[in-house]
Amino acid sequence: MKNKPILNEEEKTNRTIRRKTIVSFTVLFAGFALAFGAWRWIGNQEKENEQPKLLRSVLNINEKVNNLFFSENHLAKEYPKSEAVKVARVNGDVGMGEEFNPLLWKLTVNRHHENASDTAFQLTAKDIKALPKREVIFNFKCIEGWNQITHWGGARFSDFMEKYKLGTHSGKAPDINHREDLYKYAALLTPDSAYYVGIDMKSMMHPQTLLCYELNEQPLPADQGYPLRLIITIKYGIKSLKRIGYIYFSDTPPPDYWHKQGYDYDAAL
Amino acid sequence: MKRIIKKQPLAIRWFHWLNFPILAIMIWSGILIYWANDVYWIGFGDTTLLKFFPDSFYKALNVPFHLSNGMAFHFVFMWLFAINGLLYVGYTLISGEWKYLVPNRHSFKEAWQVVLHDLHISKYKPMQTKYNAAQKIAYTSIILMGFGSLITGLAIYKPVQFGWLLQLTGGYEWARIEHFALTIGYVLFFIIHIAQVIKAGWNNFSGMVRGFEVENIKKTEVDQEAVRETET
Repeated sequence: MKNKPILNEEEKTNRTIRRKTIVSFTVLFAGFALAFGAWRWIGNQEKENEQPKLLRSVLNINEKVNNLFFSENHLAKEYPKSEAVKVARVNGDVGMGEEFNPLLWKLTVNRHHENASDTAFQLTAKDIKALPKREVIFNFKCIEGWNQITHWGGARFSDFMEKYKLGTHSGKAPDINHREDLYKYAALLTPDSAYYVGIDMKSMMHPQTLLCYELNEQPLPADQGYPLRLIITIKYGIKSLKRIGYIYFSDTPPPDYWHKQGYDYDAAL
Repeated sequence: MKRIIKKQPLAIRWFHWLNFPILAIMIWSGILIYWANDVYWIGFGDTTLLKFFPDSFYKALNVPFHLSNGMAFHFVFMWLFAINGLLYVGYTLISGEWKYLVPNRHSFKEAWQVVLHDLHISKYKPMQTKYNAAQKIAYTSIILMGFGSLITGLAIYKPVQFGWLLQLTGGYEWARIEHFALTIGYVLFFIIHIAQVIKAGWNNFSGMVRGFEVENIKKTEVDQEAVRETET
């Protein structure tokens, strides 16, 4: 009689152990199977700009989150001249084809979008150099992971917009108090249109964003985009387009070379 | 007969097993990113002892030319890694589990004794509660490392908008090195962790799955206990 309740207790414990072991290991293996299935599912998903749709939609959310932290007052750190490299690394040559005569170069600007007629005009290097000259010595960051302190000179893109009354629907000079009048994006293309970037207006109007014509106080070398390139300190180097041929403005995101190949659209730092 | 000894709470088991695939994806996608500028090595002067990483390693894992894919996965799963980690820390704080996990001033000496014991150098095994001192240090460090990965990762990800974090981590290049070194740390942790789990055996392992260990007690002991219980 004395042993009976203990035996029952034993049986109860054994059952509990068996049940909990089966349930928990089943959940674990089912979880792993589910995770593997999800992994395969993501991999086989339809792609949007070279990334599975699910990833792309989260990357788009990331851009919105990043915008919450964005401020025009956040500047890329600047360095003394002595820290700048003597020879800046050349990393890409898309859009830098040999059929290009810098002597005949003109910058074509369309006040509105790409296909709007009668609103395009041309500028020369002289026009850009007539704008106030700014210099920036910052840590240039490539999306590949390398970085280099480089020294650039040119005109602020915001000064360029101001002078030529660009980037607004109304055709007036941009006014911070009338943000609704501003286009949402600027597009820049090489003369052969082989390389192209789209950049949000806030970043284009950032005080360190330059239409750049000098490197280390000398005219840009050919492979650095002579006669005119973009330098945008708050983006990865893929956005600092070399050899600008065309600029236009748009409310929808203009096509972007590396975005199409699977990278973030904003490439913001 | 068998006795159930409660081990890991349900929440901790979930955080632990969720972290496993998430961290694996973070490390894999991190390697895809690192490949595009794989400049780190260990050595001295002109002698390279270890290159991160050899080409054979890249080839075996199909790493080359997947930078954008790596970035996409990394910047999606970073959310899960962060959220799971923060929930774990929040849980240990609220539940009081942290008391078993956080080392105290004796832990470092005891951890050394544990290491000597585990390596069969010494027979002395210090007293332990839920975790021994070496475990406390390891499990607390890994959380600090996770936190370090978030900080250094954010500093590299948005070095201008989070310029203050970049300053804190010693600048862009240092932040990248730290982020990389922490990942190597996870891999080393993983290797030791697996070795210890194998050494500790099935019962201990299932503690992290079903939440308890099973202790076999002799019938006579049970009887004695029952007698003792009736006596008191």
